[in-house]
Amino acid sequence: MAQQDKGTTQTAPPPDTAASGRKPSPRERQWEEKTLAATLAKSPQRMQEFTTLSGHPIRRLYTQADLAEWDAERDLSYPGEPPYTRGIHATMHRGRLWTMRQFAGFGTAEDTNQRFRYLLSQGQTGLSTAFDLPTLMGYDSDHALSEGEVGKCGVAISSLADMEVLFDKIPLGDVTTSMTINSPAAVIWAMYLAVAKKQCAGWKKLSGTIQNDILKEYIAQKEYIYPPEPSMRLVIDTFEFGVKNTPKFNTISISGYHIREAGSTAIQELAFTLRDGLEYVEWGMRRGMDVDAFVPQLSFFFNAHSDFFEEIAKYRAARRIWHKAMVERYKSKNPRTWALRFHTQTAGCSLTAQQPYNNVVRTALQALAAVLGGTQSLHTNSLDEAWALPTEFAATIALRTQQIIAHETGATNTVDPLGGSYFVETLTNEVERGAWDYIERIDAMGGMVAAIERGYPQREIAEASYRYQLALDKKEKIMVGVNDFVSKEKPLEILQIDETVAHRQAERLSKLRAERSNDEVQRRLSALRTAATGKDNLMPFIYDAVKAYATLGEICDAMRDVFGTYEEVAIT
Amino acid sequence: MLIAKPGLDGHDRGAKIIARALRDAGMEVIYTGLRQTPEMIASAALQEDVDVIGLSILSGAHKTICPQLMGLLREKGMTDVTVLVGGIIPEADIPELKKAGIAGIFPPGTSTQDIVTFIQNRDATAS
Repeated sequence: MAQQDKGTTQTAPPPDTAASGRKPSPRERQWEEKTLAATLAKSPQRMQEFTTLSGHPIRRLYTQADLAEWDAERDLSYPGEPPYTRGIHATMHRGRLWTMRQFAGFGTAEDTNQRFRYLLSQGQTGLSTAFDLPTLMGYDSDHALSEGEVGKCGVAISSLADMEVLFDKIPLGDVTTSMTINSPAAVIWAMYLAVAKKQCAGWKKLSGTIQNDILKEYIAQKEYIYPPEPSMRLVIDTFEFGVKNTPKFNTISISGYHIREAGSTAIQELAFTLRDGLEYVEWGMRRGMDVDAFVPQLSFFFNAHSDFFEEIAKYRAARRIWHKAMVERYKSKNPRTWALRFHTQTAGCSLTAQQPYNNVVRTALQALAAVLGGTQSLHTNSLDEAWALPTEFAATIALRTQQIIAHETGATNTVDPLGGSYFVETLTNEVERGAWDYIERIDAMGGMVAAIERGYPQREIAEASYRYQLALDKKEKIMVGVNDFVSKEKPLEILQIDETVAHRQAERLSKLRAERSNDEVQRRLSALRTAATGKDNLMPFIYDAVKAYATLGEICDAMRDVFGTYEEVAIT
Repeated sequence: MLIAKPGLDGHDRGAKIIARALRDAGMEVIYTGLRQTPEMIASAALQEDVDVIGLSILSGAHKTICPQLMGLLREKGMTDVTVLVGGIIPEADIPELKKAGIAGIFPPGTSTQDIVTFIQNRDATAS
């Protein structure tokens, strides 16, 4: 299909691969036949086909011919007004910079508390908590399956006691806090709320987010505990609880980041994330909540990968799709429901183990795309991402990257600087169209839970990730320092986490179990188990158990007893 | 060949790609799925009578998992099975893993062809 741009003659150049139905103006044709043809005759293009990182074809040149059906007033509109293409606030980063929210967590609660306070002292404006694998999977640090894993990928939190240490000297009433926790999100959130109460921070003012997005676990991150139905029940319980008790707190961060990290294309990331969002909206409405009551507390989380313009188009398309869906599908009347708010993290999977200092450059460019795409919050990865959790040194450079973008580049001087670009508007349209195709396909399957049960998004992602690997192996896609521009280098100094964390946690847990009222714990776990078999909102029961210092593992086990556990059928 | 995901980690992009690449290269590959203990992996390897085990470990738990698995393989008399590890393995930990009997360690950025070649030539490269 791709034509050879050999340019051996001076006649009309071969058609561009990514053009369909566009009608160039006579002036543009003149350019093609004269100036372009002459250039191609002298030297052909570097590649037969130019595609984004995701494989989306890109034209040589974008002109008004690409926007024949586009209407600026309708499709671009104005920031802070539907369909929000240009951003969800009228002044965007001129009014307020995005929250600089670095994901952090390792070792014990003390270790992470120290890193939190360091990052805040260096100018970050929000907290983001990384938990270790045992915590993410609902196991205490001293569980048999936790061996070797305690504190290695994030902070070890087994009880309210650990949570109290985690936020020591951090006023939760003043600092917005995000927690990356999914299957046990309700339990960790209950611990956070208990700490807030102890600090006398009013729940009505608390600002933050729990990730709490179980659908993407089945699709990509695979940190599920329970089967889909009871897991969704737990999520909707948190939505309900949040509407009543914590109106400023995001009860979910509907995530595309992990879907992308698993190897999806940009369009798949967008489509699966937004379709997950629609699934949560529908389940919430089936519970009896008004769409405009709970959806304003739903937030999103996207990846910022390396293809600069594809990412910017993706964020702009996201806002347009969400607005349309809220108004057309659910008859929403509240602008706060229509406006998609998102956090972004630069792409971990794009960072290399080889020549790790190159990663500072990758992260900076990805972060800039997120800013130009209108993100509300941003985490920038550290240069040692492919080797270990970040050292303080590497984490500082990552934070400074955001501060330099904010204060030195002029990227925040105007709203949606790329608006009106023939290229960016066309790409936004194309990404939007591609996403709607997927969304409608999943609708036809009966929704996202049904699609997951038949392995549809998982298979799409596996295919896309394999295609990309083949492209790398064949050097059709280049990764600098890995499959080209290779050089020898010395090993990096990286963060070491050893088994002393596990030993400390084991001691702490013994002490906790000895000092609390075990009768009270058993009573509350029993009450939770009973409630889990019925239809009551489980948050109050979980909160009660947490306050009595039942451990994370004990509470999750109580729910395992009732809900059972989930095992996927692996799709390779 | 058995591809296994030991420990709690659910990041399976690499494991799945390797399994598919090896199948495309003509090998018989079994993928264990997630959250396997060393016991489960050793049992599966014995049951399926595999020649090679590939572990995917990104969680930092490699210094616990690898010696445990190698010990179990020895107990079961499976000392002729080649064990490879891919994932996030700090350079400083490589000698320890090699000493435990791991035949090859593949960091991020390894091409699928390199792994296929290593497996095909493994008797020659056995150290």
